[in-house]
Amino acid sequence: MRQIDAALHVRGESQYVDDVPPPEGLLQAAVFGSPLAHGRINSLDLTAARQVEGVLAVLTAADIPGENQIGPIIADEAMLADGEVHYIGQPVAIVVASSRRIARQGVAAITLDCSPLPVIVDPKEAFGRNEIIGVPRTIARGDVDAAWADCDLVLEGSCDLGGQEHVYLETQRSRAIPLEGGRLRIHASTQSPYAGQRMIARILGVPFNRIEIDVQRLGGAFGGKEDQATQWACVAALSAWHTGRPVEIVLSRAEDMRMTGKRHPYRSDFKIGLSAEGRILAYQVAHYQNAGAGADLSPAVLERTLLHSTGSYAIPNVRLFGVSCRTNLPPNTAFRGFGGPQGMFVMECAIARAAEAMGKPVAEIQRLNLLGAGDHFPYGQPTGSDYARTTWDQAARSYDLPAIESRIAEHNATHFETKRGVAVMPVCFGISFTTTYMNQASALLHVYSDGSVGLSTGGVEMGQGLHTNLAGIAASALGIAATRIRVESTNTTRIANMSPSAASSTTLLNGNAVLLAANQILDRLKSLAAAELDLPGPADVSIADEQVLVGGEPAGLSWTELVGRAFKARTGLSAHGFYATPEIHYDKATEQGSPFAYHVYGAAIIEVTLDCLRGTYTIDSVKITHDLGRSLNERVDLGQIEGGLAQGLGWVSLEDLQYGPDGRLLSPALATYKVPDAHFMPDDIQTNFIPIADDTNAASNPGPYGSKAVGEPPLMYGIGLFFALRRAMRAFRPDLDLPFVSPLTPERVLMALYPEGHVAFPPIASAVEAAHER
Amino acid sequence: MLRPETQFILNGETVRTRAAQGMLVLDYLRDRAGLKGTKEGCREGDCGACTVLVGSADGDSTHYLPMTSCLMPLGELHGRHLVSIEGLNLDGLNPAQQAIVDAGATQCGFCTPGIVVSLTGLLLQPETGSPEQATAKALSGHLCRCTGYRSLKAAGVAMQESVGDRTGIDSLVAAGVLPDTFSGITPRLKAIPPRADPNGQPAAGLVLAGGTDLYIQQGAAVEQSPLDLLGQRPELHGITRAADHIRLGAMTTFEQFAGHPAIAGLVPDIEAIMEQIASWQIRSRATIGGNIVNASPIADLTIMLLALDAQLELASGSDRRSLPLRKFYRGYKELDLAPGEILNAIRIPLPEAGTRFHFEKVSKRWNLDIASVNSALAITVVDGRIEALRLALGGVAPVPLFLADTCRLLTGKLLSVATVREALEAVQAEIAPISDIRGSADYKRLLARQQTMLHFAVLFPETVPVEEFYAAN
Ligand SMILES: Cc1cc2nc3c(=O)[nH]c(=O)nc-3n(C[C@H](O)[C@H](O)[C@H](O)COP(=O)(O)OP(=O)(O)OC[C@H]3O[C@@H](n4cnc5c(N)ncnc54)[C@H](O)[C@@H]3O)c2cc1C
Ligand code: FES
Ligand code: FES
Repeated sequence: MRQIDAALHVRGESQYVDDVPPPEGLLQAAVFGSPLAHGRINSLDLTAARQVEGVLAVLTAADIPGENQIGPIIADEAMLADGEVHYIGQPVAIVVASSRRIARQGVAAITLDCSPLPVIVDPKEAFGRNEIIGVPRTIARGDVDAAWADCDLVLEGSCDLGGQEHVYLETQRSRAIPLEGGRLRIHASTQSPYAGQRMIARILGVPFNRIEIDVQRLGGAFGGKEDQATQWACVAALSAWHTGRPVEIVLSRAEDMRMTGKRHPYRSDFKIGLSAEGRILAYQVAHYQNAGAGADLSPAVLERTLLHSTGSYAIPNVRLFGVSCRTNLPPNTAFRGFGGPQGMFVMECAIARAAEAMGKPVAEIQRLNLLGAGDHFPYGQPTGSDYARTTWDQAARSYDLPAIESRIAEHNATHFETKRGVAVMPVCFGISFTTTYMNQASALLHVYSDGSVGLSTGGVEMGQGLHTNLAGIAASALGIAATRIRVESTNTTRIANMSPSAASSTTLLNGNAVLLAANQILDRLKSLAAAELDLPGPADVSIADEQVLVGGEPAGLSWTELVGRAFKARTGLSAHGFYATPEIHYDKATEQGSPFAYHVYGAAIIEVTLDCLRGTYTIDSVKITHDLGRSLNERVDLGQIEGGLAQGLGWVSLEDLQYGPDGRLLSPALATYKVPDAHFMPDDIQTNFIPIADDTNAASNPGPYGSKAVGEPPLMYGIGLFFALRRAMRAFRPDLDLPFVSPLTPERVLMALYPEGHVAFPPIASAVEAAHER
Repeated sequence: MLRPETQFILNGETVRTRAAQGMLVLDYLRDRAGLKGTKEGCREGDCGACTVLVGSADGDSTHYLPMTSCLMPLGELHGRHLVSIEGLNLDGLNPAQQAIVDAGATQCGFCTPGIVVSLTGLLLQPETGSPEQATAKALSGHLCRCTGYRSLKAAGVAMQESVGDRTGIDSLVAAGVLPDTFSGITPRLKAIPPRADPNGQPAAGLVLAGGTDLYIQQGAAVEQSPLDLLGQRPELHGITRAADHIRLGAMTTFEQFAGHPAIAGLVPDIEAIMEQIASWQIRSRATIGGNIVNASPIADLTIMLLALDAQLELASGSDRRSLPLRKFYRGYKELDLAPGEILNAIRIPLPEAGTRFHFEKVSKRWNLDIASVNSALAITVVDGRIEALRLALGGVAPVPLFLADTCRLLTGKLLSVATVREALEAVQAEIAPISDIRGSADYKRLLARQQTMLHFAVLFPETVPVEEFYAAN
C-alpha cells in the first residue's frame, strides 16, 4: 500500500496550517524575543510598536487572563516573560497586525530595557552552581565500587556531545479562530494537540472544552513540535482572544532556530572496567544534560538517557547518574531518540577507548558484551530476547563484515592521502513512554451507511506514515479495501486526553485502539450477518475482500449491502476503542521496573573514507540489519529507517550548533547550520530484516499485527559514523589521543589530525616509506 | 509614482501586475495568486521548498531552469514563463510525481512539490548526463529532513528511465508528460513587449542582478524599494571570445559560465568544480557580476577569476573604465566602485600555452555550502621553472585575496618541494583570517597551507609529491 497522502503531496495539494484559504479578517502575529540570555526586565517600551500603521494589538504577560505558565512537566516556563528573561529569543511580547510584514515591523519597534545577569551556557558550570532542574537520578545494579578491583583494565574519559536543531521543513505555526460562546478553534502544527488544548485553557483560564485543537498534518516534527509547539498555539490563541479575529503565526526559519529548543547537548564522564579478555565488568557514567532555561521535557529525556546508558551491552556492575542542568539557552526538548542517543553514544565512547587501549578491534569488545536472552537491563527488566546478538550476527554475515575489514585494511596499507574506517553500531531501544500513564490511546470509528469509513485517533500524521498504517490496520480488521477509509484530522473534540505522537509508540497505541474499535463494529456486523443468513450464530462468519464469508466461503453478501442492512436494522455503526499498554511499570524511588513494552534491536555497519589532507570525508555505505517485526508497510518502515539514519549521521558530523558565551546562537540559518543532503548521504544504503520466524522478541510485542515501533531506533545507527571516522583518523595518526567531541565536523577532524597546526607537517610513517621508495 | 508593469505567463495565464518589482515570487504565488503548493522552508535559498521553473524565450524555443522563488523578484518575471507545481499537474501524475509515489520518497510532503518541480525540470533540459548525475543535480538544492534521500535518488533515476529519450517540449506535451499549456509558450512570450523605459531614464533604485546575495543581506528592504533590474538589460548578458580574451557579460550566470566551451578551454574541470558551488537553482540565478561586486571574501567565482587575472569593465553613464579585479577591493566590502557605477563585463585574458589551473574548496558540507577556505592557482611552468603564477585565497582576509607577495616570491624559481615550502610560509605571512562561523582562524590557516600545498601537488604530482611534506621532518 502506498502512503495515503502521497498523491496529494506530489501535486502540492496537501494543506498545511497556512495553506488553508484564510478566513475573513485573518490577522498575523509576530513575537518579540528577549535580546539577552539572562536579565532583569526594567521596562518594556511598546509605544512605537503600537503606532506602526496596521498594528492592532501588542500583548504582554499582563494581558494573559489565566495563568502565565506553559511548563509541561514542571511549572517553570512563563508563556510571556515577566520580570526576568532567561534565554535569547524568549517570548516577551506579541504584535498582532494586518500582515506578517507589519507584525515584524512592530516587533522591531519594541525596546526592552534589561539589567544583565550572569549567563551560563555550559551544563557542568550550571551543575557547579547548583542550577539544576528536578532531581538528579541514579540507576544502579551490582556493586560498581567493589568491581573495579576485579578489573584488569580501568579507564576514564569524558565526552562532549553537541545538540541538534530539528529542521522540520515546516516551521512552527498555528492559526486560531474565534467561535461562538467564547470558544476557540486552533489549527496547529503540533505533535501534542492535548498539550496545546491544556495550556491554552490554562493561559485563558477556561475549561478544556472551550478549546478545540485540530491537526491535519505536520511538515515534519521529530520531537520539536511535541511541547515546543504549544507556545505558538498559545500565541495565536491569546491574540485571537484579545482581538476577536482569527490570528495566525508562522515563524521564519531564523525565529524558529533562535527561539525553540533542540536536542540536548550533554557533557558526560565515564569510567569503564574490563577483564583481560575484554568483558566489561563495571561501568559508571555521569551525564550533565544541558537542559536550557526551563524544564520542558528535560527530566523525561534524562530518564531515557539513563535507561539507555548501557546501550546493547550486558554489564553486571553499573552506576548511571544524570542531572538536568539549567542554562541560558532555549529550553531543550524532545528529538527523535529522546535522550537515548546520548546515553548510547557515551557507552560506545567508553568501549572505543577500552579497545584502543587494549589494542583489540572495537567490534570484538562490542560483540563479546552484547546482551543475551537471560540478561537484565540495569533497571531490572529482563531482555527476554537474544536479538542484540541475532541482529549483529546477521549484519556481520549478510554484509560480510570480515571482507569489509580486509578491504579497509588493504586500502589503508596502500594509501597515504585517504584512510578508510568502519564501525558497527548496535542499537537496543526501549518502546513505550517511560512515563507509564501516557501509554494510552483512543480511536473513534464511524462506518457510514454507504460503507465508507471515517477514522479518528489521537495520533498525529507528521510524515511517519501513521495514517497509512492506521488505514491499513482498520482495513485489515474490517476486511475491506483501505481506499474506503478516510483518516480524519486529529481533533480534541473527537478524541479527548490524547498522548503526544512520540516515543515511537503512536502506531502501537493508536493502532491498537483502532483494532479495539473495529472489532466492536465487526462483532455487531457479524451478528447481523448471521441473522440475515439464518445462521445459528456468528462463529463461522467473517469478512474479507469486502465480502461476507461463512466458513470461509462467500455468502453472497457484500460489505456495502451488509452495512446498508445494518443501518436499517438500527445497528450502531460507530465505536470508540480505548487502549492502554499492559504490564509496564516503573518505580522512580528504586529506579527499577519494566518501563518498556519491548525493545527494538538492530545493527548497522558504516564505512567512511577520510581525506587526510583536507579533513573532509565521504560516507561510503551504511548496511543495516533491523528488527522490524511483522511490518504493516515495508515502504513506510524503510522510510523511517533511512530518514532516522540520516538525522543520526548528521547529528554526529555536520550539524554543528554553536552558541556564543553570551548565549547567542551563532548558526541561526540553514546557511550556517548544515543538515544532511542528497550528496552527503551515501548512495549505498542497504537494509535487511530479521526473518519473522526467528523472532524471539515477538512474545512481548503488543504491536498491532505483530508490528514493531520504528520511528526512533534507526537514528542511533548514525552514531556509528563517529566511530568509523575515528578509526580512519587513527589510521592516519595512530600516535594521537583523540578526544570524544561530537559533531566531528571537517574542522574538528582536520584540527585533530594536525595538532601541530600550520607551522609544521606531522611526520607520518607511511609517508616516509613512500618518499623513500621514490 | 506608478510602478512599472510586469507581464508574464503564470502556468497558463497571462498576468499583468503593478505589484512591487521586488516582491518575492514566492509571496506573489502564495499570497496574491493563492497558489499554495510552493512552500517556504527558509526564504534564503537553502532548502528548495520554494522551487519554481522559469522559462525564458531563446530563439524559437523556451528554456526552463529551476529557481528559488524566495530569492527572486517579481519584476524579473517580465517576459518569462513562471511554472509552479500547480502548472505541472495533469489529471494523473507526471513521471516525477509517479516515481516519487512509487519509491515511497515522500513522507511529511513539505519538501515534495519543490522536488517534483526540479525533477520535472530535468526532463526539460537538452542534456543532462547519466540518470544518476542528473538526479544529483536536480536534488542539489533540496533539503528533505524525512526520507534520507535514497528513495528520492531512486525516484529521480526511475523517472528518467520512464521517460526514456523523449526530449523537447512538444514531444513531452504529446506524451502527456507536460500539460498542454507548455505548447505555444514561445510566441506568447515574444509577444510581451520589453518593459517600457520610463522617459528613457535608466531605472533608479537598488541594483539587483540575481538577487541571491541582496535578498539575504537586505531582505524586506529589497521587497519594498525601487529596483534597477540588471536582468532587463540585454547588453549585460552573453559570453564572447576574442583573439586574446574571453568577455563575460556581468549578468552571466554560474550555469552559463560552467556550460560554455570557452571556459572549459581555460578551466578544463569547470563542470566538476561547479558542482561544489551553490545549487542548480542558485547557479541558475547567481551572476558573476554579483559575485564580484558583493565582495564576499569567500566568493568562489571571484577567487577563480583572481587567479585567471580577470579585468573589469566598469561603466557610469557613458563613462567607461577598466580595472584589474585584483585592484577592485580596498577593504571589507569596500570597493573601487563609484555610486551609480555598474560592472558591465569581465574580461579573462587568454593565458600562455601550458598554463595550468586548479581550484580547492573546503566547506562543512560538500554540496551547497559556503567555503571555510577556497583558493585557486593558475601557473605556467617552463622547463621546470615557474614563469608565471597567480594564487588567490578566500576566507583568509577581509577581501578575496590575491597573494601578490607570494606570487612575486615564486616567480622565476625552480618548481620543487623546497620552493613550495617557501610559498607555504609566504602565504601565512600574507593572510589574516579571523574566527567566525565558518571556522577558527587557526583552522583557516591550516586549510590555507593544505590547499596551497595541494595546488602544486595536484598539478605537479611528480615534482611535488604530497608525501614529501610529511616525510622530511
Ligand atoms: C543558497 C545560496 C548558496 C550560495 N552558494 C554560493 C557558493 O557556493 N559560492 C559563492 O561564491 N557564492 C554563493 N552564494 C552567494 C551568491 O549566490 C553569489 O555571490 C552570487 O554570485 C551573487 O550574484 P547575484 O547576481 O545574485 O548578486 P545580487 O544579489 O543581485 O547582487 C549582489 C551585490 O552586487 C551588486 N551588483 C550585482 N551586479 C552588479 C553589477 N553588474 N554592477 C554593479 N553592482 C552589481 C548588487 O547591487 C548587490 O549589492 C550563495 C548564495 C545562496 C543564497
Ligand atoms: S524557501 Fe528555502 S530555498 Fe526558498
Ligand atoms: S518529506 Fe518531509 S521534508 Fe521531505
